[in-house]
Amino acid sequence: MSKMTGSQALIESLIAEGVKDIFGYPGGQIMPVFDALYDYKDRIKNVLVRHEQGAVHAAQGFARVTGKPGVVLVTSGPGATNVLTGVADAMIDSTPLVVITGQVPSQLLGTDAFQETDVVGVTLPISKWSYQIRKPEDIAWAVARAFYIAKSGRPGPVVLDFTKNAQIGSVDFDYKKCDYIRSYTPYPSIDNNALAKAAELINGAKKPMILFGQGIQLSHAEEQLKEMVEKTGIPAVCTLLGLSSLPSDMPLFKGMVGMHGNLGPNKKTNESDVIIAIGMRFDDRVTSDTSTYATQAKIIHVDIDPSEIGKNIPAEVGVLGDAKAVIERLIPLLENKEHKRWADEFDELNAIEHKKVIIPETKPEEGYLNMGEVVAAVSAACGDNAIVVTDVGQNQMMGARYSKYKSTRSLITSGGLGTMGYGLPAAIGAKLGAPERTVCFFTGDGGIQMTIQELGTIMQEKLGVKIIILNNSWLGMVRQWQELFFDERYSHTAMLNPDFVKLASAYGIKGKLVKSRQDLSDAISEMLADDEPYVMEVDVVEKGMVFPMIPGGKPISKMMLTTTEWY
Amino acid sequence: MQQEENTLYTVTVYSENQVGLLNQVSIIFTRRNLNIWSLSVSSSAIEGVHKFTIACRTSKELIEKVVKQIEKRIDVIRAFYYTDDEIVYQEMALYKVPTDAILESGKFEKLIRKYNARILEMNKTFVVIEKTGHCQETGQLFEELSPYGVLQFVRSGRIAVTKCKVEHVTNYIEEQEVRRVQESQLLCDCDI
Repeated sequence: MSKMTGSQALIESLIAEGVKDIFGYPGGQIMPVFDALYDYKDRIKNVLVRHEQGAVHAAQGFARVTGKPGVVLVTSGPGATNVLTGVADAMIDSTPLVVITGQVPSQLLGTDAFQETDVVGVTLPISKWSYQIRKPEDIAWAVARAFYIAKSGRPGPVVLDFTKNAQIGSVDFDYKKCDYIRSYTPYPSIDNNALAKAAELINGAKKPMILFGQGIQLSHAEEQLKEMVEKTGIPAVCTLLGLSSLPSDMPLFKGMVGMHGNLGPNKKTNESDVIIAIGMRFDDRVTSDTSTYATQAKIIHVDIDPSEIGKNIPAEVGVLGDAKAVIERLIPLLENKEHKRWADEFDELNAIEHKKVIIPETKPEEGYLNMGEVVAAVSAACGDNAIVVTDVGQNQMMGARYSKYKSTRSLITSGGLGTMGYGLPAAIGAKLGAPERTVCFFTGDGGIQMTIQELGTIMQEKLGVKIIILNNSWLGMVRQWQELFFDERYSHTAMLNPDFVKLASAYGIKGKLVKSRQDLSDAISEMLADDEPYVMEVDVVEKGMVFPMIPGGKPISKMMLTTTEWY
Repeated sequence: MQQEENTLYTVTVYSENQVGLLNQVSIIFTRRNLNIWSLSVSSSAIEGVHKFTIACRTSKELIEKVVKQIEKRIDVIRAFYYTDDEIVYQEMALYKVPTDAILESGKFEKLIRKYNARILEMNKTFVVIEKTGHCQETGQLFEELSPYGVLQFVRSGRIAVTKCKVEHVTNYIEEQEVRRVQESQLLCDCDI
């Protein structure tokens, strides 16, 4: 035990939790902590972002790549309110974060003091836990609890609102990691009866399908899932955030479900007799109209969060527990099987999508460059081994669909909240979390401009993020909806954009504008030639569309392949 | 939200004694546009554990989801929901009526006896009457007092105990204690 200031105690607590990188921005009510950081430069690195929203999304990218909580350090008032989008995003996407916000001294709380905001109040509904540290004695306890809550069970963001008096007060520091909270059971014990029922259903199924989500990555269950798929011969499909948990080229992996998912997975959902849903939450972008979703199927829902089971889709069997532990215990109960005919039917449908959608998108012979074509070319040039970061919109769907994945945690994207502006800072965090890997960030002309100031962070930190701007001069996804569902009334979606390459150059970042098909591969080679940041702006076809598509509220059994063709 | 099934459920929430918990619990109702019919918070039979009693009219399907989402909050120990036949519940109402009017009516004693009510305060201007009972009963007394001009009226939130022997949460807390011991044991094993 040693005597120190609250600020030092906070940093010592972070070090005790193994934190080496944080994402922060200083300001009045967090200055004592930043001052203390000055003496810890060799042990904790702060990435100075350009806007607090950048800090929180960078921390998310870091957390998604490493599996460790991302740490954010910002000031009170506007600093705190600027991180709210990222906190909400992390909550809905189960990303572990510890967000520390400065706060006015406790004697000023409630007085509308300068830069005071009720941070606990505004973060309660969008965080896993939020707590105000009002005295230095609470620091070790609160930080230990924060890390335990953020990373255990279903991960999520935790907010610590740190009053200035607690930062400057002195305390006898004694850190003890937290591993138990009476009112919180992060890893529920697995019910053997539920396992037996699940196994019986799976063993008796004629047309079973495994539908997995990010829970596989969050519980490190990739190997177990692979073993289960191989043993049972059951075709596996995934949600957007489940992508990269299994390698793209694994024969029994049949693709993605959802609004812009693959034809096989979506259509077969409504033909399957048993669906084994693991670590996913039946989001409306997956189910579309729930009254028409998999009504013929018996659903086994494996999730660590009791409130997810039966929330959107009723489960025949709910198996509460950590995905990895559940799969490990389930495998011995499952029979060795093949479902060749059934699995082949996925491929037959995917072949139709390949012919009608994927080939025209990725291998056009003339005309403007397509988004999918660019993504596929970048992915191939990276040997399918890059970490793919996307923004939100068409670039996101194209980036996710046309990248190939070899290893897990290779797609970083804002799933549940759909936060435009997420991508650039998330790519910064991803690169920092996995410096040895190539990070390719696909964005649009809209998304990049929401957090474009973070080019400054890339410049200052010299982070080799490869930025691919798929520029169609439109807010593409909204434009697509306007074309399909709003009588082509393009209300406020046309964008007059800056010269992104010049902009990058102002930040000292290399770049190139690609306008034609023959220049693409050279530009990609140039971009990937070294580990420096690069901006490749690609002029893509203006009115490109993401297909296939299930329009909102329509059954998943019918997908639009083109504007006029359904299957 | 229009619900076909419309039952009055009593939700009991057991929580740690942390600042802001009422807010954490109430926002879960707010999100689903559910109106809290009555609410009361107090300590429970278990030391350090607080008990919320929340009455809410909705469907079984929805209350079940709400209760799970309440339990998801870190500092909530457990939450349950009950229909009226599973609990013994009570409410209290206070009525303030003008002294002159009620005395002149000649029905004062009759009313007090009939409703088994109590007089808490009486002065030249007003009388304060207390009545405990279910809301139909307290409501009826309100109707009967209305002709004399009820100056103020207030009804407490519902409080309830279950028809089983101890608090549902007691076993759970014992189980958690076992978990704590096991986990610290596990941690010691790892250290070796």
